[in-house]
Amino acid sequence: MSVVEIDKVVKRYDSVTALAGVTLTFADGEFFGLLGPSGSGKTTLLRAIAGFIKPDKGQIRLDGRDIGRTPVHRREIGMVFQNYALFPHLNVFDNIAFGLSVRGIRKAEQVSRVGEILSLVRLAGMERRTPRQLSGGQQQRVALARALVTRPKLLLLDEPLGALDKRLRQQMQIELKQIQREVGITTVFVTHDQEEALTLSDRIAIFNEGQIVQSGRPSEVYERPKTAFAANFLGDANFFEGRVAARGRVATEWGYLATNDDLPPQGQPVMLAVRPEKITIGPAAPVGASLGNRLTGHLAQAVYSGMSTTYRVTVGAREVIVFEQNRGDHVFGPGETVSLAWLPTHSVVVTP
Amino acid sequence: MNRVWSLSLRIYLGLVLGFLYVPIVVMILMAFNQSPLYELPIVWSTVWFENLPLNERLIDASINSVALATANTVVATVLGTMAAFAFARYEFRSKPLLRLLLFPPITIPWLITGTSMLVFFFWVGIGRGLHSLLLGHVALSLPYVIVVVGARLKSFGPVYEEAAATLGASPWQSFSRVTLPLMAPGVVAAALFAFAISFDQFVISYFLAPPGQTTLPVEIYSAIRKGFTPEVNAISTIIIVVSMGLMLLFARFYKFGGER
Repeated sequence: MSVVEIDKVVKRYDSVTALAGVTLTFADGEFFGLLGPSGSGKTTLLRAIAGFIKPDKGQIRLDGRDIGRTPVHRREIGMVFQNYALFPHLNVFDNIAFGLSVRGIRKAEQVSRVGEILSLVRLAGMERRTPRQLSGGQQQRVALARALVTRPKLLLLDEPLGALDKRLRQQMQIELKQIQREVGITTVFVTHDQEEALTLSDRIAIFNEGQIVQSGRPSEVYERPKTAFAANFLGDANFFEGRVAARGRVATEWGYLATNDDLPPQGQPVMLAVRPEKITIGPAAPVGASLGNRLTGHLAQAVYSGMSTTYRVTVGAREVIVFEQNRGDHVFGPGETVSLAWLPTHSVVVTP
Repeated sequence: MNRVWSLSLRIYLGLVLGFLYVPIVVMILMAFNQSPLYELPIVWSTVWFENLPLNERLIDASINSVALATANTVVATVLGTMAAFAFARYEFRSKPLLRLLLFPPITIPWLITGTSMLVFFFWVGIGRGLHSLLLGHVALSLPYVIVVVGARLKSFGPVYEEAAATLGASPWQSFSRVTLPLMAPGVVAAALFAFAISFDQFVISYFLAPPGQTTLPVEIYSAIRKGFTPEVNAISTIIIVVSMGLMLLFARFYKFGGER
């Protein structure tokens, strides 16, 4: 089990900067999610850790040892690729035993270790199947077993569930996390699926333009985004721009808004982000007097999706998105006048 | 209208197959015809096959051709596969230029290639002989091998080799246990190409063969000039049967034309 330190890593391709000085530490046994739009540098970092890419500057250390010059096959990593990259000419047993076989491990031990790992991923008895005879979920598990059987120090996952359909993906998320816990291996995974990142990770880092925008526990990053980009990339957000009026009060064109966050000095421009699900929607009459923020608007659109409804509400010249669980007895219709309210603690100050 | 169209397509197909295969069938039939003057009706006989071992020139030429084609297949396939791997998996500055240089040898007429090789080989002192024949054939086959193996390599990308590396395979282990089995159909196809190019080659062989030694195509050519004997049909029949058999065998193994 291992600690990985990424120390001011820089990678440039001609005019494009893929990694602009990234520093990050993956703790022992941690499940760490790298999140960001395509081209943000998350995959470049994963491939640099694997050894497929040589950084221009900076160090990558595994348990304190610089592995910058260690070739891929001596790094003691396990990796699951986006489309699994199972060897099509080998059956399940030979795929999983590959890492053992190239290390010259005896056949008898190969058999017992492959058997062990196959029962861990719940595929016992599938040894003789070829990859093409397996379903997507089974292929995914074979890829995981193959990556883990050599007992690597570090597990790298590149969009591991991207090729599965939604239902299977959710099931595999739980399973993946369970197996990772059981093995206790430090795991770094890349995804552009924010929900997957939140579900699986102990900590996440959001990438944009080769830099880490924010990192921390999923709830931390989700609840207290530091930038508009982070707020927008991880979930949805409504943004309100204004100027600091007083302690905890921001003057906007829609009236005063309250926040519990620290504010810059009076008169300075400031931006607030509010998650759609934090906003309570109600009839035009005043809602919960304890909620410190209140806006009145007209309902533009209601998107009903069974367990929840997403409302688009026109407030002045802008639209506010509100997300509501369908617990009430009333779904608002377009044209209705509604009032919106939320707690000051849910107005998060972000940098644009 | 539709029926007319469908019928004319069938006729077209029949003509194509006819022009391809009828001459071969005629030749095979004549190999079994007793008459040396191709008289009909066919009188069944294996006399031309029985006479073959007596025709020393034809036998020697055949041995030369098979040996040359085999050597060419080994050398050209090994070198060409290495080159194709370098083209497909490595980046280097001269790559676009080298890749461009692959194609002119395919388009230059063999007569010109043969003449220039003869001139060049004499100029550098290699001269004529089986060794210069081999050099010429390898040079001629390489572009084909590189293109065929390269197409196969392109079809599966480097991801399997990357997976092998993360699993602890050295570059050599990765090549021999992953890349090679995966590109095997391409290598076999390329080897067949290389064999056929050498075995068929007339012009370059004609120019580079040393006096007194020939290859089968050259020998057949001079046999025809001296007066056609059905022994040529007999040896051609043997060649066709053997090469078609090989082709079918590989096709069964590697499912040419279909998905692997």
